[in-house]
Amino acid sequence: MTTPLELVCPAGTPAGLRTAVDAGAHSVYCGYRDETNARNFPGLNFDRLEMREAAAYAHQHGAKILIALNTFMRAGTTDLWKRGVDDAVEAGADALILADIALVDYARKAHPKQRLHLSVQAAAATPEAIAFYRDRFGISRVVLPRVLTVEEIARLTAHAAPCETEVFVFGGLCVMAEGRCMLSSYATGKSPNMTGVCSPPSHVTYREDRDALVACVGGFTIERFNRGEPAGYPTLCKGRFLTDGTMSHLFEDPVSLNAVELLPRLVECGVTAFKIEGRQRGRAYISTVVRTFRKAIDAMASGKKVDFEELRGLTEGQRDTVGAYKKAWR
Amino acid sequence: MTNTRLSLTLGPVLYNWPVSRWVDFYTRIADEAPVDRVCIGEVVCSKRKPFVDDVILDVVDRLERGGKEVVYSTLAMPTNKRETRDIGDMIQAGYQIEANDIATVHLLNGKPHIVGPFINIYNEDSLALHLKLGATRVCLPPELPLESIRILANGNKAVEVFAFGRPPLALSARCYSARARGIAKDACQFVCEAELDGMNVETLDGVPFLAVNGIQTQGYVVTAAVRHVDALRDAGVVSLRLSPQTCDMVRVARVFRDLADGNTTPQEAGESLSVLHLPGPLSDGFLRAVPGHSLAELD
Repeated sequence: MTTPLELVCPAGTPAGLRTAVDAGAHSVYCGYRDETNARNFPGLNFDRLEMREAAAYAHQHGAKILIALNTFMRAGTTDLWKRGVDDAVEAGADALILADIALVDYARKAHPKQRLHLSVQAAAATPEAIAFYRDRFGISRVVLPRVLTVEEIARLTAHAAPCETEVFVFGGLCVMAEGRCMLSSYATGKSPNMTGVCSPPSHVTYREDRDALVACVGGFTIERFNRGEPAGYPTLCKGRFLTDGTMSHLFEDPVSLNAVELLPRLVECGVTAFKIEGRQRGRAYISTVVRTFRKAIDAMASGKKVDFEELRGLTEGQRDTVGAYKKAWR
Repeated sequence: MTNTRLSLTLGPVLYNWPVSRWVDFYTRIADEAPVDRVCIGEVVCSKRKPFVDDVILDVVDRLERGGKEVVYSTLAMPTNKRETRDIGDMIQAGYQIEANDIATVHLLNGKPHIVGPFINIYNEDSLALHLKLGATRVCLPPELPLESIRILANGNKAVEVFAFGRPPLALSARCYSARARGIAKDACQFVCEAELDGMNVETLDGVPFLAVNGIQTQGYVVTAAVRHVDALRDAGVVSLRLSPQTCDMVRVARVFRDLADGNTTPQEAGESLSVLHLPGPLSDGFLRAVPGHSLAELD
């Protein structure tokens, strides 16, 4: 295999970026502090100067920096996104992570030599969709949707070549096809595609109800935590709902993705980049997760045994899933 | 007001209607509905497709005899080889295709086609690119506000807007109709057939919120752009999409035709729709750039 395995780690802040790089990230991904990126949360992300410094730091330490501009450009204000592309190139981005077809087109034309990755938000889930972006725009890597099984990932990766594939292995899990979900927009008026947020804190409210804490998003009651029960963040698709009078986590239990046990299979499939979700996470978390995954990837790269116990320990006490990577999830 | 006549497109039936109901529905549409074009084809789940395949030629024939332009809408989220091959076959067969995924745009390879509401076109640049790739008309994603539509529809006579029906909100690999009954997608037994307008999903307080249709999630409300028809036409929109529900769609089409022709007021139109057996209340939140569930004010 010619392409080395790559651990792709989140960086929500300059300090977080340095933490990830120091912990052994092969590359870090981050975005500007505006609606051009899909983690447009208060207190997160980088201004122009911070991004240039972050790129310099990553490069000094042998890491790559991938800059995400992965929301869809708003009509009439596409300049904001195009300026973001120009600035990211100038800052020294090793690759841009893009979702909007027109922004991909712009980046390719304005910066012919710039390496481009297709964001998971573009939802390219077939060999044909990947070929479309690879052949027309010279996309070098596609981040695969989390809706695929390992078998489908194998087939896609074979067809995608020379375009590389990157898969999520750890962290938050979208149960809907990414970039094709308007649940948040429906409930709150703010959406991942248009504003870079999902179930935003500004639209979350809590109220006490007898012995429970009730969580609402956009005024819709989607979770009820009994006293003493850990209260997770109320994301719309992880809430509890009623269908025919029966209450359930209809879309998904409040779990996170942990595909560690599938790492060797994914490497066999030809996947070369493994992504950790969580630009909103703290530095201690990032440091531990990155370090542990880096060890596993180094072991795989040199044909040694992977210490799965250590990786499983990362989610101890929490519930996790391999998600759609196993077909029974569906 | 300009003189452009707004055309009406009947979107594909998004639900797993029993095939006899499906045929009866299109037969009546062919004979009675004042729509210009009709989209057929299974968009949500390929497991449902064989039922429709048996009767599709007769339905196409019937619609064409009724003077309707027929469009074949393709799967919104193809994932396996069989699904993309089926799409390729329909392109080869010479149907006018509505692409609902980039894979289909790739397979079309520049052939003239329509872009459906499941492809992300949020801005004028993306629209221009799709027109260059062979799109002749584009139905915009339902979450776009009027403000964006005005910019997108300007001067190209290619924009269609989702004007009636439960708004499609999300797609997943997982089937929620099956999961709600404790079974997996592979063993689904076509339980979605019982949900003619989707399965209602309520909050923990019992407030109606969403509707589930197999792998698709929709809003509980029914989009109704009645108050915005003039604004949409003035913006350059050329077509309105009416998405089938179990209510009297011939009546829905007549209401929108009258509205588009200036023969009725938005208030009257809203009242006419409200008395139909709708699965939820009328909403225009997305168009107004407020939460998509927000109800339409009709007076």
